[in-house]
Amino acid sequence: MNLTLIAIITLGSIGLFISILLYITSQKFKVLEDPRLDDVEAALPGANCGGCGFAGCRNFAEACVKTTNFETLLCPVGGSDTMSKVASILGKEAIKTEPKIAVLRCNGSCADRPRTSIYDGAASCTIANATFGGDTGCSYGCLGLADCVKACIFGALKMNEKTGLPEVDEAKCTSCGACVKTCPKNLFELRDKGPESKRIFVNCMNRDKGALAQKACAVACIGCGKCKKVCGYNAIHLAGNLAYIDFKACQLCRQCVEVCPTKAITEHSFPPLESKDTKWVPQQIKTK
Amino acid sequence: MMDKNLYVSIAPHIHSGDSIEKKMYQVLLALLPAFLVSLYVFGWGSLIVTAISVVSCVVFEYLIQKYLLKGEPTIKDGSAILTGVLLAFNLPSNLPFWIIILGALVAIGVAKMSFGGLGNNPFNPALVGRVFLLISFPVQMTTWPLPGEHSYIDATTGATPLAMLHGHFGQLPDMVSVLLGKTGGSLGEVGSIALIIGGTYLLLRKVISWHIPVSILSTVLIFTFIMAQIAPQTHHIGHLGTGCPFMPAIYYALFHLLSGGLLLGAFFMATDYVTSPMTPRGQIIYGTGIGIITVLIRLFGSYPEGVSFAILIMNSVTPLINTYVKPKRFGEVIK
Amino acid sequence: MRTFTIGGIHPPGNKISAGQPIHQMPLPQKAIILLNQHFGKPAVPVVTKGESVKVGQLLAKADGVLSANIHAPVSGTISKIGETQDASGYKHHAVWIDVEDDIWMDSIDKSSEIIRTCSLEAPAILEKIREAGIVGMGGATFPAHIKLTPPSGKKVETIIVNGVECEPYLTADHQLMLEKGEEILIGLTILMKAVNAQKGIIGIENNKQDAIAHLKKMAKDWPGIEILPLKVQYPQGGEKQLIEAVTGRQVPSGALPIEVGAIVQNIATVYAVYEAVQKDKPLVECVLTITGKTVGKPGNYLTRIGTPFSELMDFAGGFPENAAKVIAGGPMMGKALVSLSVPVTKGCSGLLILTEAETKRKKSQNCIRCAKCVKACPMGLEPYLFMTLVEHAEWGKLEKERIMDCIECGCCTYSCPSTRPLLDYLKIGKAKVGSLIHARNTKK
Repeated sequence: MNLTLIAIITLGSIGLFISILLYITSQKFKVLEDPRLDDVEAALPGANCGGCGFAGCRNFAEACVKTTNFETLLCPVGGSDTMSKVASILGKEAIKTEPKIAVLRCNGSCADRPRTSIYDGAASCTIANATFGGDTGCSYGCLGLADCVKACIFGALKMNEKTGLPEVDEAKCTSCGACVKTCPKNLFELRDKGPESKRIFVNCMNRDKGALAQKACAVACIGCGKCKKVCGYNAIHLAGNLAYIDFKACQLCRQCVEVCPTKAITEHSFPPLESKDTKWVPQQIKTK
Repeated sequence: MMDKNLYVSIAPHIHSGDSIEKKMYQVLLALLPAFLVSLYVFGWGSLIVTAISVVSCVVFEYLIQKYLLKGEPTIKDGSAILTGVLLAFNLPSNLPFWIIILGALVAIGVAKMSFGGLGNNPFNPALVGRVFLLISFPVQMTTWPLPGEHSYIDATTGATPLAMLHGHFGQLPDMVSVLLGKTGGSLGEVGSIALIIGGTYLLLRKVISWHIPVSILSTVLIFTFIMAQIAPQTHHIGHLGTGCPFMPAIYYALFHLLSGGLLLGAFFMATDYVTSPMTPRGQIIYGTGIGIITVLIRLFGSYPEGVSFAILIMNSVTPLINTYVKPKRFGEVIK
Repeated sequence: MRTFTIGGIHPPGNKISAGQPIHQMPLPQKAIILLNQHFGKPAVPVVTKGESVKVGQLLAKADGVLSANIHAPVSGTISKIGETQDASGYKHHAVWIDVEDDIWMDSIDKSSEIIRTCSLEAPAILEKIREAGIVGMGGATFPAHIKLTPPSGKKVETIIVNGVECEPYLTADHQLMLEKGEEILIGLTILMKAVNAQKGIIGIENNKQDAIAHLKKMAKDWPGIEILPLKVQYPQGGEKQLIEAVTGRQVPSGALPIEVGAIVQNIATVYAVYEAVQKDKPLVECVLTITGKTVGKPGNYLTRIGTPFSELMDFAGGFPENAAKVIAGGPMMGKALVSLSVPVTKGCSGLLILTEAETKRKKSQNCIRCAKCVKACPMGLEPYLFMTLVEHAEWGKLEKERIMDCIECGCCTYSCPSTRPLLDYLKIGKAKVGSLIHARNTKK
C-alpha cells in the first residue's frame, strides 16, 4: 500500500482512539458542580486577593452559592455592584455597602518628625519594628520602609520620597485589607470612602502623653480633647492620649479640623476653608 | 551631650569584611597563571579572544541591567568579568569575534540575567555560552590552533590530545608537554600545571573547599584506571610501562586527568558557588556525578571532551541535592 | 583542645580592656531601675513614690513563677514610678530613685572576708537564690532558681560554668575570674550542692591563660571542680556549644541541657550566687566592660544596676567624637542603643562603642549560594534558605527546616559576602514560627 496512505490511516486511528479515550474519561470523572458556580465566578473581579476572607475568587464563589446568610459575605474589590450581580445570579438579596478605602493614619513626614537615630538593618517595616520603636521620637509612627507597598497587589500604594510616607491611590485601592494586615504599627484602617471621596480622620496613632508626642512630631495628636468638645455629632472619642473619629457617625462638618491645635486631623477632598463662617454642608445628613 | 544620631540595627554589629568582589578577584588571580601560559602558547589569539569575551560580557550585563531591567548595574562585583574570562578559556584562540560576542550574549543574557542575575542562575553561564557555541558553530568551535601558533587570524590548526585519544589517531604528546602546555586545545585547557597552581591557591585561601575538585578528579582517575585495566586494547596511551603491571592504566588515567578541560572544570567551573550544592556531602555527590558523566562522554560518547556537559547536567541536579542532602544538624545524635 | 564540632567563626578578639582591674563606678545621681530586667513577666513594684529605700531593699516582687525579684541598687528616695525607654527602644515600667548616700540593708554582709563554708541544704540555697533575684548574667537573664530546679526524674550530673567570654571586646568575666577566683569556686560548690551534682566544670577560652592558671591552682583545694581550657572560637560560650565542648554530648533539638545531665551558668551568675548565699547580698551590681577603639579609658567597671549609660560613658573618657553605634553587650549579640539615657540592667556585660567604618552595613546583594553561612552555623542550619522562606512567609517549611534550633549567634550574618541581613530575618521567622507553635500547643 502507498506509504502516505499507511501514515494517514495510522495517525488517524491513533488520533481517533485517543479522542475517544479522552471523551470517556471526561465523562466518567466529571465533577458535578452547581452550574451557577461558573457564572458567579465570572461576575467576580478575579483578583484572588483574599480580601473577602476566602482563598481566592473560586473559593468565595463556592461560599456565595452554599451559604445561608449571604448578607455577611462581601467582596471588597468589587463592592456593592459585584455583590448585587452575584445576588441576582443566585436569587438572593444583597445589602448595599458603603465603598471603603485604606487610610494611613500617620502624617509624620520627614519635615515634621525629625530622626533620632539611623536605622541600619534590613529594609523591612516588620524587622525595623522588631528591632526598636523606630528611627524617630515617635514609636507609633510610620517606619517608611514600604512593606505595605510590597503587600499591595493592586499597586495602589506608592512611597512619597519627600515625605517618607506611603500614599493611597484612590482609583486603584480596592480595600482588600492587605496593607492593614501587613503594617506592624497598625496604621492602616479601612474607612468609608465618603461622599465625593470626602472624609475626615485623625491622622495620628501616637499614644504618648501630649508633651512627649509633640516633641517627637509637629503634627501629632496630643489628646487635648478640643475636637471631642466641638463635635456636635458625638463622633469623636478619646482613649490613651489619642482621638478617634467614628466614620459612621461623622457628618463631615470640619469643626474638629478647624479647632485641632496641632493640625493632626486631616480633611480629604474638601475645598479649602476660606473663613470661619464658610462651612461645607453635605447634601444629605447621614443617619446611623 | 550627644547630638549625633546613632546607628541602630539587629546584631551582629561587626562583619568579616568578606565581599563578592573579593571572591571574584581571588578567582581571577588564581586564573592568572593559566592565562599567562595561554599567552605563551597562543599569543595574540589568546589576548584578543579573552579581551573580546570579557568586554562583551561586561557591556552586555551593564546594558541589560540598566536599560532592559531598569535597575542598578552591578558590574563592579566582578562576576561578569569572571564569566568573560571563563568563557574565553573554553574557546579556541582563533574564534571569529562575532561568535565570541554571541557566546557572551548567551552566557550573560540567557544563562544569567534572564533568571534574575547573580545568584539565581541554575546553570554555569560560561558553560552555557560555550555549549551553545559548540552546538551552533561546531566547525569553528572544534578547529584548534596548534601550540605556538600566535596569530589570531591564520593559525595552523590541528587535533587536541583528547581528540586524538578519542579517535585513536595521531601521535599523543607526552605527559610533560601536557603539563607545561605544549599541546593544542582551548585557552584554559593548556598548561595543566598552571591550573593546578591556581586551584591550590583557591584551596589555601579557602575560596573553594576540597570536596568538589577532589571528588571529580578522583572519580575520573578511578573510572579511567578501571577501564584501562578492563579493556587495555582500546584504553591506552601507548605507554608500555616498566615493572609495575598497573603502569599503563595509571598513565592512561593520569593523561585523562591532565588533558582537556578537566582541571579547569574541576577547580574553576564546577566550584562556582551559585550552581554547586551547599553542603560537603552534597558536593561530593555532585563531584562524583561530574566525574562519571565526563568519563562516559569521553570514552563512550561522540564528543572527545565531556566536562562541560557533565557540569551542566550536574548543575541541574544541584537543587535536588540541596533539597535532600541537609547539613549535619546539631543535636541529631546523643552519644 | 576541646571545642564544639559544627560551624563557628573566628572574629578578631579586640580585647582592648584586658588586664584592666575592676574599678568601682561612682554612684549615679539618679538610678532608673527597669522592672523587666529578666526573662519572663516584669516584676511588680512594692514601693511607693516618696518612700526611702536602702541598698538591697526589695523594690519589686516577681510576678508569678517565671519572673524575678528586683532590689534597690542605691539608697535614696523613690522619685517616680513610670515608663522609660529601655534598650529595645520601647517604653517599659521603671522605678526612679534620687540617690542619697550609700546606706545598705543591715542584713547584708559588706565585708570582703571570704566565707568558705555553707551549711545550708539545697532547698534553702535555692530559696536564697530566688530571694536575691539572681538571673543569668550572660545576657539571657533567665531566673537562676528555675534553671536550678530540674523537672522531676532528671538528674544533674554536671554544673558547667561559662567562663568562656567568646564575644570580642568583652573582658569583664575574665577580670572577675582573676580577682574573685576563690569566691567563684565557692559559688560553684554551693550550686553543686543545690542540685546535687557531682561535677563542676569551668570552661575558659584558651586566650585567658592567666585566668586558667589562677583558677587551676585554686581548684586543687575544691574536690569535684575542674578547670577546662577550650579552643578560641565563637560561639564557644553558647550554651549548647559549651556543653558539647565540655561533655562531648549534643543537646537534642528542642530539648533542654538537662537532657544530657548538665546545667550551664555564667561565671558572673556564679559569683552573684556566692554573694547572695554567703553574704546575703541580692543582685544589685555587675561588672561590665566599657570598650571600643575610640574610648578614652576602656576598662572593667563595677556598676550599680540602674546607672544610665551616659554616666558610664562620662567616666570612661567621654563620648567619642566619631562614635556611630553604642552597643549594650558584645558586637555579635548585643543590643544597639537608640540613646545613652538607657540604664544598666541585669545581664549587661558591656558597653561597646563602634565607629562608622567598623559597623556601617554595606548594601545587601543577591545570595550567591556560597554556603559560608551554612559552614559558619554552629547548629548545622541553612540561614540563606531561612531568609528566603521568611521573605515568602513559608512558616510551615521554616518549622520543618528547624528554624527553632537557631541560637541567634550571628555567625551567618558575619560571614555573608553579600552582606545580607540574615539574622534580621531569622529573628522574625523564629518569632512567628514560635507563636504559631505556641498557638497550636495551647489549642490541643
